[in-house]
Amino acid sequence: MDSKNNRRGFSVLKFNQLTFQKTTTYRSIFFALFLIFSLSIFAQDGDPVAGKALFNTNCASCHKLDRKMTGPALRYVEKRLADDEGLDREWLYKWIRNSSSLIKSGDAYAVKIYEEYNKAAMTAYPQLTNTDIDNILAYTAQDKVVPKPAAVVAAVNTGPSNGLGLTDEIILGVFTILFLLLSLGLVVVTKTLKNLAELKGVKIKEKKKGKPIWKAYLENQFLMLCTAILFLLVSAYGFYGWTMQVGVNQGYMPVQPIHYSHKIHSGDNKIDCNYCHSSAKVSKHSGIPSLNICMNCHKSIYEYNGETTEEYTKEFYDAEIQKLYKAVGWDDEAQEYTGVTYPVKWVRIHNLPDFAYFNHSQHVSVAGIECQTCHGPVEEMEIMYQHSPLTMGWCINCHRETNVKIKDNEYYDRIHAELSKKYGVEELTAAQMGGLECGKCHY
Amino acid sequence: MSNNKKYWKNLAELDSANDNVFDKLQNKEFVEEIPVDEFLSNKDNLSNSSTTRRDFLKYIGFSTAAATLAACEGPVVKSIPYVVQPKEIIPGVANYYATTIGNGYDFANILIKNREGRPIKVEKNSMAPEEHAANARVHASILDLYDSARLAQPTKDNMPISWFGFEYETKAGLEEISKSNRDIVLLTQTFASPSIRKLIDDFKAKYKNVRHVVYDSISESKALDAYESKYGLRGLANYDFSKSKVIVSVGADFLGDWQGGGFDVSYAKGRIPNKGKMSRHIQFESNMTLSGANADMRIPLKYDEQKLVILEIYNSLFSKKIKIDSNLSISDKLRKAIDNTIEEIRLNKKGSVVISGIQDENYQNLILLINEKLSSNSFNPSKTILTRDGKDEDVLQLISDMNQGKVGALIMCGVNPAYTLSNSEEFIKSLKSLEMSICFSMKNDETAKHSKYVAASNHYLESWCDYELVSNEFSLAQPVIKTLFDTKQFQEILLVWNENKTTIHDYIKNYWNDNILGTDSWNKALHDGVFVKRRKNKILSKSKSNKNIFKLEDVNASNKFELNIYPKTGMGDGQHANNPWLQEFPDPLTRATWDNYLTISEYDAKEIGLYLEPSTFFNQSRNDANGGLNGKYAIVKLGDKELKVPALIQPGQARGTVGLAFGYGRSQGVKSEMMTGVNAYQLYKNFNSSQTVEISSTNEIHEFACIQLQNTLMGRGDIIKETSLEIFNTKDSSVWNSEAVVSLNHIETPVSSPDVDLWQEFDRSIGHHFNLSIDLNACTGCGACVIACHTENNVPVVGKSEIRKSRDMHWLRIDRYYSSEDSFYEDDMKKDNISGLSSSLTSFGELENPSENPQVAFQPIMCQHCNHAPCETVCPVAASSHGRQGQNHMAYNRCVGTRYCANNCPYKVRRFNWFLYNGNDEFDYHMNNDLGRMVINPDVTVRSRGVMEKCSMCIQSTQAVILKAKLEGRPVAEGEFNDKVACSAACTTGAIKFGDINEKDSEIYKLKNDDRAYHLLDAVGTKPNVVYQVKVRNTKSKV
Repeated sequence: MDSKNNRRGFSVLKFNQLTFQKTTTYRSIFFALFLIFSLSIFAQDGDPVAGKALFNTNCASCHKLDRKMTGPALRYVEKRLADDEGLDREWLYKWIRNSSSLIKSGDAYAVKIYEEYNKAAMTAYPQLTNTDIDNILAYTAQDKVVPKPAAVVAAVNTGPSNGLGLTDEIILGVFTILFLLLSLGLVVVTKTLKNLAELKGVKIKEKKKGKPIWKAYLENQFLMLCTAILFLLVSAYGFYGWTMQVGVNQGYMPVQPIHYSHKIHSGDNKIDCNYCHSSAKVSKHSGIPSLNICMNCHKSIYEYNGETTEEYTKEFYDAEIQKLYKAVGWDDEAQEYTGVTYPVKWVRIHNLPDFAYFNHSQHVSVAGIECQTCHGPVEEMEIMYQHSPLTMGWCINCHRETNVKIKDNEYYDRIHAELSKKYGVEELTAAQMGGLECGKCHY
Repeated sequence: MSNNKKYWKNLAELDSANDNVFDKLQNKEFVEEIPVDEFLSNKDNLSNSSTTRRDFLKYIGFSTAAATLAACEGPVVKSIPYVVQPKEIIPGVANYYATTIGNGYDFANILIKNREGRPIKVEKNSMAPEEHAANARVHASILDLYDSARLAQPTKDNMPISWFGFEYETKAGLEEISKSNRDIVLLTQTFASPSIRKLIDDFKAKYKNVRHVVYDSISESKALDAYESKYGLRGLANYDFSKSKVIVSVGADFLGDWQGGGFDVSYAKGRIPNKGKMSRHIQFESNMTLSGANADMRIPLKYDEQKLVILEIYNSLFSKKIKIDSNLSISDKLRKAIDNTIEEIRLNKKGSVVISGIQDENYQNLILLINEKLSSNSFNPSKTILTRDGKDEDVLQLISDMNQGKVGALIMCGVNPAYTLSNSEEFIKSLKSLEMSICFSMKNDETAKHSKYVAASNHYLESWCDYELVSNEFSLAQPVIKTLFDTKQFQEILLVWNENKTTIHDYIKNYWNDNILGTDSWNKALHDGVFVKRRKNKILSKSKSNKNIFKLEDVNASNKFELNIYPKTGMGDGQHANNPWLQEFPDPLTRATWDNYLTISEYDAKEIGLYLEPSTFFNQSRNDANGGLNGKYAIVKLGDKELKVPALIQPGQARGTVGLAFGYGRSQGVKSEMMTGVNAYQLYKNFNSSQTVEISSTNEIHEFACIQLQNTLMGRGDIIKETSLEIFNTKDSSVWNSEAVVSLNHIETPVSSPDVDLWQEFDRSIGHHFNLSIDLNACTGCGACVIACHTENNVPVVGKSEIRKSRDMHWLRIDRYYSSEDSFYEDDMKKDNISGLSSSLTSFGELENPSENPQVAFQPIMCQHCNHAPCETVCPVAASSHGRQGQNHMAYNRCVGTRYCANNCPYKVRRFNWFLYNGNDEFDYHMNNDLGRMVINPDVTVRSRGVMEKCSMCIQSTQAVILKAKLEGRPVAEGEFNDKVACSAACTTGAIKFGDINEKDSEIYKLKNDDRAYHLLDAVGTKPNVVYQVKVRNTKSKV
């Protein structure tokens, strides 16, 4: 118990340090708040900063401050309880440490809450000390911080963030004008010189008009023939190139029914690919995640709080999350599933023809290839697109260049030893292992 | 000087003065003006139009080009994931569920392969007893689930009704009838289900006057009666043929469907020569059956002569002889055969077994007595078979009761009496007059059509059930897919009628926990699919004195024939008639598809004018120019019933007898393409499979669709190598399994020598090297592998007319050969002795014709995966290539359809897709509708038109096994490949074995190097990866 407390104490400390080092502004705000609250009766003790950390680790998966989730909204909870139900902090200690025993004891309000939230008992937190709970309550007792009007930030942002861009244009304009002036000058000078010459009586020799070069070119049959051949070859090459891309959808970036950003999930939040595409490890399909996987997180993540751009605003992302809720049939207000679902019809990006067999597990689990090797920098893709050509040549090339990963795989023990001896190499490529045979992919 | 001579070309010109038509014709092409105005009437419009012909062509050209370019754009593919994905489903990974089929005719413990929630294949349940493994029909039964002819909801008077309405009305009706003194009759299939028995008992308790009549459409009633009167339990005796040295079958097709089938497993075990020993099989029968084809000695006999054989055997064993009252004339040959048989039984005593298919209680009783007297090792009466339960008398009684108005309500389940009863008209008439008739059916079949209420039933893969197939061997059936339509199973409705609120799952579970499982786990039983209770079945043997007089009569009058009606391997009792796989499944013996026919001996055919000459210029001939087989129609007359049946000459058919298969001639609830053949049940009078009929011929010709038209081996003993047990035991393998030799510098060199090889040998000693071994001794020709291959590899069904053009698509076929002389050995001798032109002209001609009672041999043939493959070298686009693992690959996307490979293949195993079978209304089978396409294996390409295809040695499965091993980081386990390749996994007899010959201690390695192993057509030097094991016959003497 002690060690546990210590550990938690350490983490709180660390958090404090971090906040201390990073945000002096925060600190001042909190200090001010602390001053305010220290005056109020509910916050004789309790550190809202430590409370926030505790809240995030223990409570946030089911509670929000201003919003009903699995459990009720918790802002001013202590005040509310005291005002409405006449319950004191002691009751809250009991409830938080072991709610079910309180329910069993027949406490009226406890039973009422239990009934109201679909008989989902709150997890017991016997490890929380009174101080911890005080801290949490201090955090919940804070007033809502109204976000400062974004106008200030916007005003700053509209400034010449890239000042060079503007000067470039000006310089370019100046140069153009200069160039125009110069050429005008040149014309004027030639004209004056001509006039001068005429005045002096110098005769300028008229150039004898020869055949124009284009005419000479047209009349030279050999050159014409060469041109024709060149033209034919180039167009044949062009046509070949064009036909080769038929059916190759590299860069295919369709509009999806829900704007799902791999950048946010995989890049910013560093969610492992296999968390959602779990079947890639065991199946031929990587699998498009079912919506219940999304809801593992999005039950509590109902809004977007990350970076935004002009195109992708917070409102835009929030609306996309709402689309998910509609599809999966989640009533965010009531925090329950309605049972009315609208399965999402994603547009499939990576399409292999029926006659080509591809197995994800072979590549992901057996060969240990990164997803990005074929799918490109998915973690940077705001909109998913096809990174690789997915042509047979592309497959074959990789099979030729990649060594078979034999480490810790008993399957390869014998065959690898024998084959590498036969080919006289240290490591075998997939091709040497038989990865170029037609029947390995076409059946 | 002008010439006034006028040359006229015909009389009309001469008379042209009178006839101005001629003048007109001379000047114009047509007498009457062509009515151009009719189609270009609006001349103003035409001339005013600004669109010139050139413009028009420009537009056409542009739009064609635009359409072509637009077509280059790929289609947008939508992917719709689950909203909530079930835990057990991973897209792309198959799930397996153990279940049991029990449709009243076929009972088997099976495993169902499920992909993304779709059942796609029947596989072997290795935890279940081997004799309950799937046969060809069970393998095909999965397609019945996706049958587009299935009933989607219950009906009343052929109008849709809701289940609520159905349940309410029927329950009220039943209560009403229960109050009156008329009967409520349950007419059902054999369920062999403990829980259904209990449910019916509940039902009987709830309603008064309830009677349960069990009806097997193909009756085993007499054998059941005999067993019941002897052992006091209604069932059938069990046999383990692996324990017998001599098997004597009198009219029992025990390798077919005799007494429920499944005996081929134990039979085959005793047929593989082991330490110089194998069983000897003697078969007396009238039709040529699978059992007869596999027998060492086969004696074609009429039904009454078969009875005589049983009596003779009985009399030889018992001191108290039965008096035989017979006017049969016994030929010397038959006398000798009977004496031989009796001698062999006497010698082997315990090691011999006698069985019979004679539908007569007395004879069945004699059989039980004989085996008991012999104390035969194979005879196992205490392991009672419970998969047949029908009682003929009850059914006959029911029909007469219905006629007399004693029956108020008739509830039918799993039966189709309006099709399977010989007096079906009578039945239909009284069925219509019933106050209440309820039919549980998956289709709107003959009986459903005439029933008041039709309860749309579940397929067995959508249902819960339990079974006791053999006493104390229990099994469970679980649904592997949610009901596709608004259907319910029989038991659910029984629960409603019984006012029992429990679900069928709970009902079975409770019943099992209370009565069967004891302390064992329900979940484990459900997982395994089977549960064997350690409890001996108690039976009491009563010795029954035979007071009956056994009277035998020779029934042969001038045009009287003995008709033996038999179930065909593919169609069974006919409930799978709408299954295109089974319709196209070639009969193992006649190799005919899409038909039933009157099998008749050549002698009789000639006698009554049903014989067609092989080929004459002037007459109807037996074969068309393309080889298609023709047959004359015969009229079969039994009493006042007449059937017009095409006749097919069956070598081995006993003289004076004809055969006809059940299961065809369906008229309701099946697609028009599947309404093939004639209904033999019409002649199944009094449930007697042997009838005396009159036969006359017509001049009408029927066109058969046979897969195989060459019936004999023409003395080419190297195709199916065979020998006798005696030679096999005494001589070196070079005598009976000699390798082909070719001449190299005038020296005979074995064909396997590298010196005579055109190719450079490729090192295949590293990694996997797959081989397939086929034991010709264990193969009974049952064809389970053929259907399993169909299912696994998405092989299309092509229909009768295409089959007739030899465009069948079977990747795996089982060739059947008849000997032309009495045995294949004599064929070989005859061919070898041919010398000179005249001798070869006559002898080769004779060798084409099978003998009257030929030896038969089966040979499964699939792509031989030659290491030196002739197909690969001729492909201009390298679509066919060889893999290091020994498989001959076929890249469909590379194939351009030149068909050189098929021409160059010595085994004729390549199949060409002449049409787009999966999207062409001409081929309206399962691949042409979305429901039927659900059975398609997603791991195998569906081939398109213009592409060659063939057996891939299930490369998708071998690759899957390898990948599984890689994922688990271990070497491939022994037998793992064998269990995944469709044909070897489906083979119940163990004839087909598959594996990696680079594993030196594997079974396949031993088989490949066995003395019996040989390559098909080894003289060609193709070095196949398929090996055959020489067939050893346990024949006496000769050679």
